[in-house]
Amino acid sequence: MTKKIKNNKFLSPGHNACAGCGQLSAAQAVMRGLNKDVIIANATGCLEVTTTAYPQSSWGLPWIHSLFENAAAVASGILAALAQKGDTKTKVIVQAGDGGTYDIGLGLISGMWERGENILYVCYDTEAYSNTGIQASGATPYGASTTTTPDGNASVGSTQRKKDMLAIALAHGVNYAAQSTAGFPDDITAKVKAALAVDGPSYLQILAPCIPGWKINNDEAVLMGKLAVATGLYPLLEYRNGKLSASSITVASRKVAVSEYLKNQGRFRHLKNKEIKIIQKLADDNLKKYRL
Amino acid sequence: MKKTNIKNSPIKTPAKKLAVVTAPNTSLKNKTGSWRTHRPVFDHSLCIGCSLCSKICPEGCIVMAKQKKYGQKIKPVVDYDYCKGCGLCAKECPVKAIKMEKDYE
Repeated sequence: MTKKIKNNKFLSPGHNACAGCGQLSAAQAVMRGLNKDVIIANATGCLEVTTTAYPQSSWGLPWIHSLFENAAAVASGILAALAQKGDTKTKVIVQAGDGGTYDIGLGLISGMWERGENILYVCYDTEAYSNTGIQASGATPYGASTTTTPDGNASVGSTQRKKDMLAIALAHGVNYAAQSTAGFPDDITAKVKAALAVDGPSYLQILAPCIPGWKINNDEAVLMGKLAVATGLYPLLEYRNGKLSASSITVASRKVAVSEYLKNQGRFRHLKNKEIKIIQKLADDNLKKYRL
Repeated sequence: MKKTNIKNSPIKTPAKKLAVVTAPNTSLKNKTGSWRTHRPVFDHSLCIGCSLCSKICPEGCIVMAKQKKYGQKIKPVVDYDYCKGCGLCAKECPVKAIKMEKDYE
């Protein structure tokens, strides 16, 4: 018995993402925060590749992909064209992965924020180049094993610290900057709505667990999103006009050890107590830094 | 000004050769349900209608529909044409009303 059911109009099923993909789960939450007067510029990445296998498209909104680095510039162009037409109702949003945001597209994003354009930039942070085979990016955290930072006898995986993209956005004076994870779909939807209500540039970064990249089970993406928040490694944050206005870290929040988050992920399985202590320190620093 | 359409466009490539998809939601042709090894089975009598499963489904193939049997309360209905059987819904369901069952011989 198959009942006729109505699918999400903006991002329909039939895409080629892995079963249980954290990014697509987060993207569904982003789409629930939009109305039909939206144009999306998408950077190269998993979201682009899996949803638009030519000649098909999963998108129900005007959607354009050009290159890896220029999604922000394409969005600026769309906004300029809309302004020329006198259209002030249509919103422009950019969607990109962490590779397109932290590394490849950073210059053009900086330009977009410098110009103060009314564009929402959504970054799905999978903490590696998931689409091309899990190479390390600027978002890869300390200790993670990727194909370019493999763990071994003489290696703990990535030795770099994760770039603080939220701080880079805030340094540009964006009016709205927020951080969320795939474990909190309602939080993502609320933040998209809040960002679109703000006039001027806004930035939303969503931690999107990647099944093959993080080496987790198909059904663990949401759990990992929740644990990242609970441990303090990736708190839910919201900045309005440069001031921290909402945070998941409060005086009452229960402290969860980072080992709870690390132990289920294959990319962290090689870590010894010494490295876990370093990661615990990062979480502890966050608990102090982002406490409201 | 003469309106540009595909016929008088300076670009001589036929439209069908351009990598532009003009029809929305065309991936619906792609029935990803064939990927599945386990299927989620919903126990509507346990379900509290929180719609979390529908919100986290990466496919967006779970919708909440009013059920006559349960006094018009909303309960999840899954489109098995697209469900890849990832099990996110079963794992996250707060009242464990979803079970993953083997979907192959």
